[in-house]
Amino acid sequence: MTPRYQKILFVVLFVASVTMTAVLVRLRERAHDRLLAGAMEAGTTAPAVAPLEQVTLMVADDATSTLAPETIALPLPEEPQARARAVLNRLLSQYSGAQSLHPLPTMAEPVESVFLMPVPQANGDARRAVATGDSGRAGAAGGAILSVPKNADRIAIVNLADQFAASHPSGLETETLTVLSICATLHANLPEVTEVRFLVGGQERATLHGHADLTQTYLTAASAAASGAQP
Amino acid sequence: MRNGWRRRTASGARAGVGIALLAAVFLGQSASAAVQADAEAAAKRFVVVLDAAHGGSDPGATLGAVGDEAETLEKNVTLSMSQRLRALLVARGFTVIETRESDVALDEDARATVVNQAQAQACIVLHASEAGSGVHLFVSSLPPMQPQAMVPWKTAQALRVESSLKLGNTLNSAFTSTGRDGESIEPIPVTLGRTTLPGIDSMICPAVAVEIAPLRDKEGKVVSEVTDADYQAHVLNALAAALLVWRSEAGEP
Ligand SMILES: [Zn+2]
Repeated sequence: MTPRYQKILFVVLFVASVTMTAVLVRLRERAHDRLLAGAMEAGTTAPAVAPLEQVTLMVADDATSTLAPETIALPLPEEPQARARAVLNRLLSQYSGAQSLHPLPTMAEPVESVFLMPVPQANGDARRAVATGDSGRAGAAGGAILSVPKNADRIAIVNLADQFAASHPSGLETETLTVLSICATLHANLPEVTEVRFLVGGQERATLHGHADLTQTYLTAASAAASGAQP
Repeated sequence: MRNGWRRRTASGARAGVGIALLAAVFLGQSASAAVQADAEAAAKRFVVVLDAAHGGSDPGATLGAVGDEAETLEKNVTLSMSQRLRALLVARGFTVIETRESDVALDEDARATVVNQAQAQACIVLHASEAGSGVHLFVSSLPPMQPQAMVPWKTAQALRVESSLKLGNTLNSAFTSTGRDGESIEPIPVTLGRTTLPGIDSMICPAVAVEIAPLRDKEGKVVSEVTDADYQAHVLNALAAALLVWRSEAGEP
């Protein structure tokens, strides 16, 4: 027969452990929500005094499956994460135009937030390079560049809006070009960004809309090189 | 808070590495007599695997003009193209294996398992899309790797990626060819790209993803929908012709 005090002790400890689990889960959710909310509040509209800056957009073309640089002037905020977000939203808004060579539906804010953080030192296995070849030729520009990350190197976590992913055309080429164009544009304007990962609505997703793999870490150098790659 | 987030991604990456190692394929050097006999039998056949993308709960893209009678799901188009290409290839003496013969859901690992067990000489993954024009060919972006005892399942395609690029070029030539011996064939515009392809990245065989998109005129207006039977037949005939070239280049068995 178990002594009464041991039974009481067991019940008390059991209740305490269940309560602590619940509290921990809730704290983790709140921390995640606060992080997302904080990044979303970082404005993309520059103050009126912000000077126009030269921005290079790496614009996708469905017909040739390539990226081409296009320089525009854009007022940009100071803070790097807000800058990255402003540049990407400008890039993606370009695709909804009537003359777009990579047509995407119109949307106000396709990129909800961009987080920049130091490149983790030991995840080489998960990194993959991507590249597109020139039209009608085998692109040999692909292939992982397994360089050792430098201290200044940043990984950009691009958090796409749910609605952007849901309304994106479904297809291997169109989704791949959107991903590559985001990676290459980030690299062109923030050279310290060497790697990119994607979230949709704050969550990890398998694909953009059924095709482009969003579980990978993309290397920006490879996607940028792809635009002018010779086989 | 930021640290907490980073920790979670880092542990996720570690878990991924662990799974990849657990799933490592053992490519034994010392083949038994039985395995050798199997290999000889396989060498006599020329095996092509056709992988109709999507299926079951994964419909893929919605194809055809919206509200049109021909409006259909990508999973149905890829399955029907796989079945028709199979008929064309069997008539030409190929041994053909389809990853799915009905509307069933298959994950990428299941597809790669079929291909790897078949010891195929080519794998064609079929997609269809409303975006872009002509035919989009995709090869894995994995860097080439020399044969070794242990190959991670998730990147096994690295062993064959150079052959996959050659197969991509052979397909490209067939689509852009205007026909030989006076026969007139309308060339189909082709784009060739490389990216991370979760199914193909695990396949130990020359593999190319073929995405068929509408044919468009210079203004971008659709001339032939992907659901158009004649257009599909044109694409499938070009694929069959390309695989004949691929077989002859490999040394016809
Ligand atoms: Zn598809």
